[in-house]
Amino acid sequence: MMDFGPLWLSLQLAFVTTVVLIILGAPLAWWLSQSRSRLQPVVQAIVAMPIVLPPTVLGFYLLIVLGPNGAIGGWWVRLTGDALTFSFTGLVIASCIYSLPFAVQPMQNAFESLSRKNLEAAWTLGASKLDAFFSVAVPLSVRGFVSAIVLAFAHTLGEFGVVLMVGGNIPGETRVVSIAIYDHVETLDYAAAHQLSLTLILFAFITLFSMFIINRRWQSR
Amino acid sequence: MSVVELKHSLCKGDFNLDVDTRIPATGVTGLFGESGSGKTTLLRCIAGLETSTGGASLPVHRRRIGYVFQEPQLFAHLSVRKNIEFGMRRNPDAPDTLEKVSELLEVNKLLGRSTVGLSGGEAQRISIARVLCQSPQLILMDEPLSALDERRRNEVLPYLDRLHAEWSVPIIYVSHNIDEICRLSDHLVVLDQGKVVAEGELHEVLSRIDLPQLGGRNAGAVLDATQARYDSEFDLTLFEFSGGEIWVPGHHDATSARLRISASDISLSRDRAESSTILNILPVTIEATATESGSTELVRLSLGENSLVARITRRSLQHLELQVGDKVYAQIKSVTVRR
Repeated sequence: MMDFGPLWLSLQLAFVTTVVLIILGAPLAWWLSQSRSRLQPVVQAIVAMPIVLPPTVLGFYLLIVLGPNGAIGGWWVRLTGDALTFSFTGLVIASCIYSLPFAVQPMQNAFESLSRKNLEAAWTLGASKLDAFFSVAVPLSVRGFVSAIVLAFAHTLGEFGVVLMVGGNIPGETRVVSIAIYDHVETLDYAAAHQLSLTLILFAFITLFSMFIINRRWQSR
Repeated sequence: MSVVELKHSLCKGDFNLDVDTRIPATGVTGLFGESGSGKTTLLRCIAGLETSTGGASLPVHRRRIGYVFQEPQLFAHLSVRKNIEFGMRRNPDAPDTLEKVSELLEVNKLLGRSTVGLSGGEAQRISIARVLCQSPQLILMDEPLSALDERRRNEVLPYLDRLHAEWSVPIIYVSHNIDEICRLSDHLVVLDQGKVVAEGELHEVLSRIDLPQLGGRNAGAVLDATQARYDSEFDLTLFEFSGGEIWVPGHHDATSARLRISASDISLSRDRAESSTILNILPVTIEATATESGSTELVRLSLGENSLVARITRRSLQHLELQVGDKVYAQIKSVTVRR
């Protein structure tokens, strides 16, 4: 019997992370696409860092910051009595940072390709900037959003290093599918490793395949 | 008469806009100038898309100023109907004029369509309908025909005429095309290097001969005339105006028309040429002369309450000893009906 626990946990983590990233990432992507501030390239570089850095580096510093003695972790302990490290919430925070560029960049690209005049037309027609963002910018950037959702979800699903550093291996709490596979291999339980791995391969293929199909439909429209 | 005050100054690199003028709150005000004279910048200041000192501090979306861009700027994710309703929905006190507007601009049949596959002229008519439906207090048009080819432009122009005749909202119409300005405007503002160099009633400003912006190809006056009769034998229409009458080739239905006579289409003579092929020879009085270039001179002529502008060579002026107040004959080679 296949152990669905880690798979289910991974899906939950990926889902929550994606939702958070779209909600927080869209305004950030918008700011990055519109800003002429001198801070823009700085923020742009920070957002892109997780692509370049080894997950262990990210995980190491997250462990320190989220730990009970860290800036955020300590505050969280005082607030809730629980530690952030080795918890699901801690994993969500870590995943959001780790997958941030994969959500922000497609949305930013979509926003950048909008015509400025089109937005100005919306403003002159009586739409406030916020209204125009939701009624014009977002619907015209649907493809960017779809890419952001798929990439953020898939990337979170596939993360390993950061989870290992911040989350450890607690069943039902932080034992996501990639950790479980690693565990099975370590204990030479190749059958279980195969089951989870093949499921992931299939899932990854179906997700990416559907995304490309959807994109093609849109292009031909 | 109520007026719209335009008071805007702005500094952008080495370009300075400094405008302080008033325009009538009715009809169409043409805003004319070469590219780079600041016409679009002034419109953007009025709309609030550019921050200027002297302008209102209201945010763009609260100004209730309609803006027709060069490109139609329709929203690709919305149907034609939803595009037109976009502004109407966002102005709570805007009356539902969708039906009236779509009739005026003949976009009824397009309402259910998506914005994909519209012709340039259709798209621009829809963008104008969208602006009318937001029931703005002022409409700004930034060269709305310049992105269209000649044929499409002639397709859209009659709708602008109708808009002008049937809608009471004041319009500021930007163009570098003097023919469009002559056809559509009642009032004219000439802009040069960010400053207003002339402003006033269209006929008056066009009859000025001291403005380089209204020299060259742009020199010429307009006459508002009424149709008197049609000569079917020679296919000519006779138009009357204060100070004379004029024959125009072809059949023209409109009872009133605006005639444009380019300065280079008028020559002057001391005597009435008896055996000339020129159809229209009008007795006029020289009102003023101004040197246009080394070789040419612009002459303002009065007939009745109207004025004409003629271009002659400086040599002819001296040769014929033409003086202000002289009575001469204007030989008009060509007239175009502008509306």
